[in-house]
Amino acid sequence: MKGTDDRLVIAGREFKSRLWVGTGKYKDFVETQKAIEISGAEVVTVAVRRVNITDRSKENLLDYLDPKKYVILPNTAGCYTVEDAVRYARLARAAGVSDLVKLEVIGDERTLFPDTAGLIEAAKILVKEGFVVLPYTNDDPIVAKRLVDIGCPAVMPLAAPIGSGLGIRNPYNLKIIMETVNVPVIVDAGVGTASDAALAMEYGADAVLMNTAIAGATDPIAMAEAMKYAVWAGRLAYKAGRIPKKLYATASSPIEGML
Amino acid sequence: MNIQVNGESRGIHAGQTIAALLRELDIRTDRVAVELNLEILDKKDFETRSLCDGDRVEILSFIGGGAG
Repeated sequence: MKGTDDRLVIAGREFKSRLWVGTGKYKDFVETQKAIEISGAEVVTVAVRRVNITDRSKENLLDYLDPKKYVILPNTAGCYTVEDAVRYARLARAAGVSDLVKLEVIGDERTLFPDTAGLIEAAKILVKEGFVVLPYTNDDPIVAKRLVDIGCPAVMPLAAPIGSGLGIRNPYNLKIIMETVNVPVIVDAGVGTASDAALAMEYGADAVLMNTAIAGATDPIAMAEAMKYAVWAGRLAYKAGRIPKKLYATASSPIEGML
Repeated sequence: MNIQVNGESRGIHAGQTIAALLRELDIRTDRVAVELNLEILDKKDFETRSLCDGDRVEILSFIGGGAG
């Protein structure tokens, strides 16, 4: 199908799919696996947590995600300080999956908005240590530029609060970010349904990352498929170039030849 | 000898290594990170680093997560 050679390149890594997905909130690992499979995503985020040492019967998520098929992107979710975010990133790398990290420094429990000052500080430390830092950031073009200046090979501004499903709250800021930075922009968090994902791509986002919009849907597997097509359609529409918006009608049938 | 593993107290024998502890807990080493008294260990050191009374060990791995 047309558009399949339209690759996303980040830090030398090539991706065919522009839909990135999280692995949280699913009913079980089988549902996680099915939803991710049908979404066509190649990049999947995971969290770093203590191993349950009392109940070893619990299965491991990674047993359901073929490392040859998926790029595992550990996050620093739940970290509210620079120290914690750096610690979790280092632990993720030590676990031996990759040197990629989706860097989150959360500023507030209620909104889960990023603490952008902390984010910049943590990104500086981790870039110096050789991490490929993909920062979850606010829809703030200045902060996005700072993150790129530090050495982040992509930025991940939010569309709306994590898990809110509110869709793109500030399309103009996202557009400014896309015009300001010379690295891929991945819209991360806040997507509610397929049209939100398509819109993000139509605005010119390079990819969209979501979790709750799929995992929290009544039928997560069907929504995963919807998101695959939405991201694809949005990307194709962006590349095709939409018509300008006008206040009045323009007939699309010729007047010539009328009685 | 007693150590703390993921916040829980656990008895071990003198000189037990990190690798031996992981084996005893039935934890595969390929996808875990181990922190010993806040120091993140290289996997290649699991076989040689031994535990002392009062050590605090954290064993972490990956779980499902999106953001926040």
